[in-house]
Amino acid sequence: MNQPTSIEKSRTAEEFLKGIWKENPVFVAVLGMCPTLAVTNTAINSLAMGLATTFVLAFSSLLVSSLRKVIPKQVRITTFIIIIATFVTVVDFMLAAIVPQVHKELGAFIALIVVNCLILGRQEAFASKNNIRLAIADALGMSLGFTFALLCIGIVREILGSGSLFNIPLFGSGFEPWVIMIMPPGGFLTLGFLLLFFNWMQKRRKEKAEEERGETRYEEAREFL
Amino acid sequence: MEEEKNQPAQTAEPETGSFRLIATLGLAGFFSGLVLVSAFLYTRPIIEANRARALQEAIFKVLPGCTGFQTLELHNGQLVVPEEGAAEAQKSGEEVRQVYAGYSEDGQLIGFAISAEEPGYQDLIVGIYGYDPGKKEIIGFEVLESKETPGLGDKIMKDPAFHANFSALSVEPAISVVKKGEKNKNNQIEAITGATISSKAVGRLLDKSMAEWRPVIDEHWKEFTKEEE
Repeated sequence: MNQPTSIEKSRTAEEFLKGIWKENPVFVAVLGMCPTLAVTNTAINSLAMGLATTFVLAFSSLLVSSLRKVIPKQVRITTFIIIIATFVTVVDFMLAAIVPQVHKELGAFIALIVVNCLILGRQEAFASKNNIRLAIADALGMSLGFTFALLCIGIVREILGSGSLFNIPLFGSGFEPWVIMIMPPGGFLTLGFLLLFFNWMQKRRKEKAEEERGETRYEEAREFL
Repeated sequence: MEEEKNQPAQTAEPETGSFRLIATLGLAGFFSGLVLVSAFLYTRPIIEANRARALQEAIFKVLPGCTGFQTLELHNGQLVVPEEGAAEAQKSGEEVRQVYAGYSEDGQLIGFAISAEEPGYQDLIVGIYGYDPGKKEIIGFEVLESKETPGLGDKIMKDPAFHANFSALSVEPAISVVKKGEKNKNNQIEAITGATISSKAVGRLLDKSMAEWRPVIDEHWKEFTKEEE
């Protein structure tokens, strides 16, 4: 292919950015709830899970997108799963070798990245239909959005539940940690409040956009002409 | 762009031959296997080194002043230094029980590090402790693995007051767990408030394991008082 045109470039940027905010996999699409609730009891665990998912999603998308014309339609899901499972197992080995402590804490949830519907979802909905450049942009954007969401939850839960952030104590000994925040109910509570916040923000933005729509449309049309 | 023109033609075809489907999956499986085997072979030595280091750190923690250790295996009620063929014996399915004799810098025996497991509140608690056969005391304890409730039961891992119990815990006649503030003998462990079940599990872990190992260690420990060169 030739050098990407400016339209292609802006399309790439758009596919990258949509995952972070507008179509955030956790706060907007509510995908991949298993790791979101299970391993976000500390900020470090959230970050590790986010990065592991990023690795798997980026490489799976790269491979699925480059093989999209070779893989027959009938066996595409099976092939996607083989590709994803391979990368997940590689991540599992790598984490055990590089950061054994984190690997121990995340435990079975690393292997469970295979069934994170965010990953298979992106392969089926995007990577298998778009070129490599867009697929990578989409995968990185989505993973970044996922990591960001996990970190948000992890930071809230660690500060309230352990009184620390990235294992650094924040409060004096007078602080009584809210044990419930690092237990499963804390995950649901935190996610619930964050979803509320994001929905409220989006609703507000939509209302604002509607107010301004008339004027901007007119201006856009004029610029276009 | 040319490639995209081909696509409608492809979908117009009645169906892809089954050979192609099998070949695709076969190839995917083959390459996946290749990647997995190389990742496994590459990371295995690192993972094993990590594990050995974690074990060594735990042994040094539960035997204060320890700078080196010797692995010992239990065979027919005897403690022996494992031979070269020991790895093969393990392969044949025979479970080999091990303890670690820890030595100070000048080669004096400090005690034995013994690992044991016991059901806790959630799942098995795996711990390792140091036993000084001369004083008949437990001189250190660390949790290796536990899934106890975060914030409550998992205090058995790091609560300093709880761990103070294990600096000189007599094992005679037996180890018992008492409520906080009720400790008056040195064979008692003071439980953590709010984590009674986990604390008791630790007590049981030590007591059971000691009952099992003391007959062997108390009889033979004098054979190992000096570190072998």
